Amino acid sequence: MRTAGFVVLLLVVAAAVFGAARLVDNPYAFFAGYVVLQYIVLATAWNILGGYTGYVNFGTAAFFALGAYSTVALHKLTALPLPAMMLAGGIVSGAVGLGTGYFTLRLRGTYFSIATLAMAVVVQTLITNWSFVGGSRGAYVVRPAEVMGLDYVQYLFLLMLLLAVAAVTIARTIERSRLGTGFAAIRDDEVAAEANGVPTLRLKLVATALSGGLMGMAGAPLPYYVTYLDPASGFSLSYAVNTIAMPLIGGTASWIGPVIGAVLLGTLQQVATVTISSALSLLIVGLLLVGFVVAAPRGIIGWFGK
Amino acid sequence: MTALLQVQGLGKRFGGFVALADVSFDVAEGERLGLIGPNGSGKSTLVNCLCGTLRNESGEVRFAGQKLAGLNAHQRIRRGLARSFQLPRPFGTMTLAENLRVPILYAVQPRGGARVPDIARRCTDLLGMVGLADKADRKPADLTQIEMRKLELARAMASEPRLLIADEAMAGLSHQEVDEILALLLRLNAEGVTIIMIEHIMRAVLAFSQRLVVLVAGRKIADGDPQAVVREQAVVEAYLGS
Repeated sequence: MRTAGFVVLLLVVAAAVFGAARLVDNPYAFFAGYVVLQYIVLATAWNILGGYTGYVNFGTAAFFALGAYSTVALHKLTALPLPAMMLAGGIVSGAVGLGTGYFTLRLRGTYFSIATLAMAVVVQTLITNWSFVGGSRGAYVVRPAEVMGLDYVQYLFLLMLLLAVAAVTIARTIERSRLGTGFAAIRDDEVAAEANGVPTLRLKLVATALSGGLMGMAGAPLPYYVTYLDPASGFSLSYAVNTIAMPLIGGTASWIGPVIGAVLLGTLQQVATVTISSALSLLIVGLLLVGFVVAAPRGIIGWFGK
Repeated sequence: MTALLQVQGLGKRFGGFVALADVSFDVAEGERLGLIGPNGSGKSTLVNCLCGTLRNESGEVRFAGQKLAGLNAHQRIRRGLARSFQLPRPFGTMTLAENLRVPILYAVQPRGGARVPDIARRCTDLLGMVGLADKADRKPADLTQIEMRKLELARAMASEPRLLIADEAMAGLSHQEVDEILALLLRLNAEGVTIIMIEHIMRAVLAFSQRLVVLVAGRKIADGDPQAVVREQAVVEAYLGS
């Protein structure tokens, strides 16, 4: 399918999702749906680096929270509309992604992963000690009741829905492009990739910047969603864990894998949070992850196709 | 006429270990050069230095008259300097055809070659050349050892190199399989590709090479007509002991 046709299809699906959520006529549907959509973006972004080039990033929370804290800073300084803040958050996190990539991509495998985890700790420490954005006290963000006649939570939901469409389109386009072939070559054998003409360092920087940028964009609306943001929740390790678990459960080889994983795991967590307890949701992730690593190492999409 | 590849005083050390010391030789356009030496003599290090996988500390490499210093491996293959790996390193999650797409997209296209509609046919042609056309949609894991070597060579050829360095492309193959690879390399050379063959199988090296360079402990100890070189006292001692 051509990209244009695919985008139209995604938009139709998105419109249907939004319509269905409105039909439910329960504000919680938008509240929970937002989180699932946010994880579609995060899992897709993670997969661009982790699934396509094979570099496992444990620092999702840092890129995500940087996007959120960009919004906090911009909220205090300006009166920009939220989409512009999302763009700004994406640029900040993308730049940090580029920097992280440049300094750490000579590290391979587990060493790269540990470096991203360390990066997350450093960024969290910086934010915790930066009083302008609330420091360890956290920051309050007062959100308007509605935008253009739309309830604000519905507006957040809609923005995240569009971002998810954009992220999935980007991932699918990469997968089928020259860039995707280069990423896959790096994942399979980096030395051989370089010896076959793939500019490995440059491609890895593209991947870290793109992946980090999308995570930042996913994080940017967070202050408006929670209205109170503190470092402990913004940098929560559960973002990193969930974001790794979702593509692994769905399958990392294709754009659809992270989407399936995010919808499945995200929904399951939301349901468990409401019906049982919020602490249980992480346990579910852990058990599912272990189960899939043992029983279906290529994820759900591994069950189909070859 | 200047040589296609000029290696001048090449040196490489790993810590205190001198892997290559003052290695110099030329390779003419269209030549078939054999490079031999006992295990650990620095052959693979030399290949890695020529192809940009490792950086040499001293000396200079010129390819088609241009200095290669500071160029990464991907920039060197784009200029026409390709290598096959001693142990085949295929892209495991890709089909054979997709394996060949990588150098076509990343080594040939940046030079302005290979228009997109031709790529699929080019992959089929290359696989046909090494007799793997019917396995174009299979994964490397399905291949036998010799098929893996052929894929490795086909992938190196997909970059349309001027110079191909075949690093032990025949190690571990049967007598007949060695002949197959040998015939393949001779055909490539006849089509105009300059080839450096690194090999332990003397029968193959002698059948292939127009000239032989011998490395021992990181130094070049002989360079010349293959039949004469293998009779030189120093070469015989290096292989058999004095």
